[in-house]
Amino acid sequence: MEIVPLGDSALIVRVGDSLGEVLALQERLAAAALPGVDDIAPAFASVAVFFQSPALLAAGRAALETALRGKKRGRKTALRPRLVEVPVCYEAEFALDLETVARHCRLSPNDVVARHSAGRYDVRCVGFTPGFPFLGGLPAALATPRREKPRTLVPAGALGIGGAQTGIYPLPSPGGWNIIGRTPLRLFDVTREPAALLRAGDRVRFVAISREEFDGWEK
Amino acid sequence: MGKIAVLRPGPVTSVQDLGRRGTRALGVAPGGALDLCAARVANLLVGNPIDAALLEVALGGVRFRFGDPRRIAWCGGDFEVEIEQDRIPAGRPAVVRQGEELKIGGARNGCRMWLAVAGGFEVPLVLGSRATDLRARFGGVAGRTLQEGDELSLGTAPPPAEAASRIAPWGALPEWSWTALATPILRVVRGAEWERFDRKSRRALLETAFTVGRQADRMGVRLEGAKLGRKTKRELLSEAVAPGTVQVANDGQPILLLGDCQTIGGYPKIAHVITVDLAHAAQLQPNDVVRFEEVTVEEAARLSAELENDLELFRVGLSLRST
Repeated sequence: MEIVPLGDSALIVRVGDSLGEVLALQERLAAAALPGVDDIAPAFASVAVFFQSPALLAAGRAALETALRGKKRGRKTALRPRLVEVPVCYEAEFALDLETVARHCRLSPNDVVARHSAGRYDVRCVGFTPGFPFLGGLPAALATPRREKPRTLVPAGALGIGGAQTGIYPLPSPGGWNIIGRTPLRLFDVTREPAALLRAGDRVRFVAISREEFDGWEK
Repeated sequence: MGKIAVLRPGPVTSVQDLGRRGTRALGVAPGGALDLCAARVANLLVGNPIDAALLEVALGGVRFRFGDPRRIAWCGGDFEVEIEQDRIPAGRPAVVRQGEELKIGGARNGCRMWLAVAGGFEVPLVLGSRATDLRARFGGVAGRTLQEGDELSLGTAPPPAEAASRIAPWGALPEWSWTALATPILRVVRGAEWERFDRKSRRALLETAFTVGRQADRMGVRLEGAKLGRKTKRELLSEAVAPGTVQVANDGQPILLLGDCQTIGGYPKIAHVITVDLAHAAQLQPNDVVRFEEVTVEEAARLSAELENDLELFRVGLSLRST
């Protein structure tokens, strides 16, 4: 474990590149109720702790180090992850880069869809845009480099492959991932609590749906 | 209830406040006024709580008509602000009477200002804040910048005294009122990947000037100058970034992140602009020339504590004045 500063009022605690370690650390930091903390946010192999002001950083760091030195208390078994089923229409109209991915992976488009929807994924972290889930667990055979020229506008709900990761664009935004389908679910909605559909640690399964099912989906 | 009619919205005028807390796990950045100090000072000058919603005006070009008499104050870049024919300096409370127009012209220096109106702007709280997230399109007025014809609702506030002069004879410190620097020097602390940059690049960051490129918005500003190179090209796993982070893109050019930046990023972090200097970073616009100067984390903490202390004295002083 390594603690590095992030500017003058935050710290990044780095652990191994594993979801379990990150979630355990996040839980531990939250339970420590460190003084002056504004926000605690997980990433792929680290958790960042933000303090209310730079003047609180030194004391915060000392408290954090003490908390992490102490014995791990609490549950032996981690929280059971939530399983979230995400319907995806992989049909041509939405699968803008399916051909590209298929060519790169030397598979047929149908094989790409079959393998992608058979996979089991973990939400590694949420970021880039509000509610954007970075999913681990993409079958290695489907890894495809990002597009050389990012699209200036990717529609909300677009499902993409970027390198060894897969993810869903919650909002219309620029993006460089290869788009292979679209979900009718709203990944981010401020009128909902919580606003983000997915959070770090969730397990995700994609369920292929038809164009008719997509259109009829209750938004 | 008080209203303000937007006659001319300007290119990027949005409702902001002190931003969001505890939303990064959702991928939502804190956002809010890019200069949190200017926002707090402007609010205090009109008798608002520091976290009241106000307007962030970029590049001016704004005209409002007031539906009822209100106290206003602004802080930020070197803008021309007028109520009818009266020039209103930064950092001084002023009175707008019913039906009068407030005009914000162009900036001679800097590019943003914060305009507080007594009572604050009434927009719904979204994820704990009234700030507009322009990228994700929520908060503020329907998640967007102001448009011509908008009618903005104001909260209740005691009206200014009938006999009050247009401009109060008192105000905030000049350095809190006018925040654009003639020659911007931003103080930085070392970033997590500082040691991974070669010696030449680390020196170049601190000893050469950088020019603000064309891409400059609330997310951040791209800088152009010496190419900054790492000793190894190892890819990094994305981790947290924050307003003030100076990350270096693959082309060796730095990007200075501001309040609406994304929550995580994979570029190496060479340095971070310290919290008290984000006010100056918020004034950068294309073609500005900026330099960086290194300070310790302890110095950054001391400067911030000093500012917070002075702001608290100012707040207490103002509360004594109005009673």
